[in-house]
Amino acid sequence: MKPTYKFKKPELLHGVDTHYCSGCGHGILHRLIAEIIEELNLKEKTIGVAPVGCAVIAYNYWDFDCSEASHGRALAVATGIKRVHPSLTVFTYQGDGDLASIGLAETMHAANRGENLTCVFVNNACYGMTGGQMAPTTLIGQKTATTPLGRDPREKEGWPLKVSEILAMLPGVCFVARSSISNPAHVKQTHDYIKRAFMNQTEEKGFSIVEVLSPCPTIWQKTPEEAMNWIDTEMTKEFPLGIIKNTEVHR
Amino acid sequence: MTGNEAMGEAAIRAGCRFYAGYPITPQNELTAYMARRMREEERVFIQAESEIAAINMVYGASAAGARSMTSSSSPGISLKQEGISYMAGAQLPAVIVNVMRAGPGLGHISSSQSDYFQSTRGGGHGDYFTPTFSPASVEEAVRLVREAFEVADYYRTPVLILADAIIGQTMESIPLDVLEKPELRFKKKPGHKSWALTGARGRPANIIRSFFLYEGQLPRHNELLSKKWEKIKKSEQRSDLYQADDAHFLIVAYGSQARIVREAVDMLRNEKIKAGMFRPISLWPYPQESLTAAVKKIKKVFVIEQSLGQMVEDVRLTIPEKEILFFGKTGGEIPEIEDVVNFVKKHIKR
Repeated sequence: MKPTYKFKKPELLHGVDTHYCSGCGHGILHRLIAEIIEELNLKEKTIGVAPVGCAVIAYNYWDFDCSEASHGRALAVATGIKRVHPSLTVFTYQGDGDLASIGLAETMHAANRGENLTCVFVNNACYGMTGGQMAPTTLIGQKTATTPLGRDPREKEGWPLKVSEILAMLPGVCFVARSSISNPAHVKQTHDYIKRAFMNQTEEKGFSIVEVLSPCPTIWQKTPEEAMNWIDTEMTKEFPLGIIKNTEVHR
Repeated sequence: MTGNEAMGEAAIRAGCRFYAGYPITPQNELTAYMARRMREEERVFIQAESEIAAINMVYGASAAGARSMTSSSSPGISLKQEGISYMAGAQLPAVIVNVMRAGPGLGHISSSQSDYFQSTRGGGHGDYFTPTFSPASVEEAVRLVREAFEVADYYRTPVLILADAIIGQTMESIPLDVLEKPELRFKKKPGHKSWALTGARGRPANIIRSFFLYEGQLPRHNELLSKKWEKIKKSEQRSDLYQADDAHFLIVAYGSQARIVREAVDMLRNEKIKAGMFRPISLWPYPQESLTAAVKKIKKVFVIEQSLGQMVEDVRLTIPEKEILFFGKTGGEIPEIEDVVNFVKKHIKR
């Protein structure tokens, strides 16, 4: 029998009006997280850590305990929470500027300590909230507010930073996967990866991270549909999809 | 015990369940002490990757409801200021120990009192204050750490212990009862820490936040905080007097400098000069009421600091009608007792 996918609003998602732009990926991801926590029956055992960026008020959409973190420090905050409540499920929800630029030290070291945490890393190749500046993950040639001629490594603007591949090298990291939400099949794949990342924490396997390629049509100056296509045609060339690492951390 | 170790033990006895720190001189003994003792007590010790990470771990642990502490020294405390501002905004209690060294910049590892402005004027961005207590002995450091945890929990605010290298590195004996039988000022209220993140079981979800985007939200939140600061200003002023009853000349000093001034007062008294000392223990809130009362019969007020003159501004604000004379040493140099005596004598006519 073919598996069926029931489509209803998760109970852990408040029915509030969205503050996101049309075609934004956060809505899909907020929903996925609510859905997964519900499926794993973790509502009463979950603490989320919201980032700085467009998703700073993610907790307005979710019906479980949440904290804000200052820009880049979500995994340090999550470390503090998790060490106090080892039996609860603690996850961070972070963008590329947050996780891979200002918070790179916190990201690397939480992962390298093997913190038993789950990290959802939303990569949209730009700083969305502040008006579309270059992010560490901005593609070569991609025009942003701070790379008006397109990101150019010859101008010492650097290359797209592959944080997931770097983190996969660390022994404390048990699960690294990259997915996108560019079509329903990819959304389903993302669901399964994030669910795995949550289950790893319950099973005390170590640090899990799922990088999700997510559209930002407003900053990319594309229609929602064009943005989804751009993920498939351009972003995945630099950031290939799939499981990068899947192992149990030996303690 | 050294002051650094004693502050660590005091925190443990006060029920500190979480400590995160990062190496910096002259507070390293505190971090090392916690690394050993927290493990023994089956509590959490983390050597963080930076002072920034350490304060944010403390933010998380405090949000999760645990009594939490971090410690550092001046440059490291500068790095923590963003986190402290977030904690003040999100109303998260914690104790932060600053074992001051000389600045600006990398400065010097020797003792200093040059972080007074940073400690008492908010320190980080935004409209807020941090209650700040300054010990003048190892024993007092122990008492104040204990009290700081209580004040932090009661008012839901980060509290700063402003020590310095002299207090941190000095070895002094502590009466056992100070550690064993601390006096408790605040009783736990029903629903104690009901705001903490513990999993939304049988209650609505809790949110820890300092971000208020919608119109009118942040002014309302800040006014709520303001009421708290006002209450702290009224209730948490602390100070001490020495030989002040019949004094004609009052010397104001805090922390380790008060030890030097105390000796100076004795020397001046030996020379029949009626000197006394006023020692602020809470630097924010500044003990304005007791200072105002102490200077009623005072002819001249002297302020001694190990800085270019920071606390002296609070003295001027409190008693503007008095003649106030400042003597300070900067860059980690420590005033000699004779320096203080000579400075006072130079400025008084007998």
